[in-house]
Amino acid sequence: MATKPTPRVRVPAQAKPGEIIEIKTLISHEMESGQRKDSSGKVVPRKIINKFTAAFNGKTVFEADWNPAISANPYQSFFYKASESGEFTFTWKDDDGSDYVATNKLTVA
Amino acid sequence: MVLKSVELTRRNTLALAGIAGLAAVLAPRLSFADEKAVAEEIKKLYGDKTFGSGKIKLDVPEIAENGLVVPINVEVESPMTDADHVKSVHVFAERNPLPAVVSYRFTPACGRAAASTRMRLAETQNIVCIVEMSDGKLYMTKANVKVTIGGCGG
Repeated sequence: MATKPTPRVRVPAQAKPGEIIEIKTLISHEMESGQRKDSSGKVVPRKIINKFTAAFNGKTVFEADWNPAISANPYQSFFYKASESGEFTFTWKDDDGSDYVATNKLTVA
Repeated sequence: MVLKSVELTRRNTLALAGIAGLAAVLAPRLSFADEKAVAEEIKKLYGDKTFGSGKIKLDVPEIAENGLVVPINVEVESPMTDADHVKSVHVFAERNPLPAVVSYRFTPACGRAAASTRMRLAETQNIVCIVEMSDGKLYMTKANVKVTIGGCGG
C-alpha cells in the first residue's frame, strides 16, 4: 500500500440533548479481498480492515465487523443519541495489526 | 473455395468465442457459496432458532450497475432503550465467494438502529439480513439485487 489510510469523519459539532445525530465515516483503504489473482495467476493475499469501532468518552457505542465483501475505501454511517459533551474515538483495525484512529469532539447544549 | 474457408474460419472463431464465454460464466459459480452456505453460517450463530418477519428495512438497489460498490442500508424498528434494543445485525450475500458481508453491534446509545455501508457483489443474488434483539428474538429478511458487472476480482 502506497499511502497510509486516511480516515474522514463527519460529526455535527453541536447537538441538543436527546438529539439523534448521524455520523458518517470514510477511510481510504484498498480492502484487498484475498479472492483476486494477479497477472501471474497468484492469489493476492487478503488485507482488509476487519473491524470498525466507535466509542464515546471511552464507552463503545457501535461496532461493525467487516468482511472481504466490503468495498474499497469503506464507508460506514450510523446514529448516536447525544446526551453529554465529549469526544468520539473511531478505530479501524487492519488485518496487518495496525490501528487507524480518529477523534471528534461533540458539544451538547 | 477461398470464400468458403474464410466463412468456416469465422464460424469457428464465433463458436470458440461462444464456448469461452459460456465457460467464463459457468466456471466461477463452481467455487461460489450458495443458499446452503448462508444457512450454515446462520446455524453457527443461532442454531435452529426460528426467525420472525417484519421490523427490518433492508435498503439495497434493485439493479446494481457496478458490483464493486453496492450501497446497503439496514434499519430496524426499535425504541433503542436499555430494556428493548437491537443487539446485532448480520448481512450475508448468498452467491458471493464468501457469504458474510458485515455484522453490526448496536447499543442503546445509538438512538436509532440504522447503519449503511457499501459492499461488493459477485453476481445477481439474494441479500439476507438477520437481526437479534436484546430479548433474544430473531428476525430475518431478504432482498434481491441484480448485478450487471460483478465485483469479485473479475
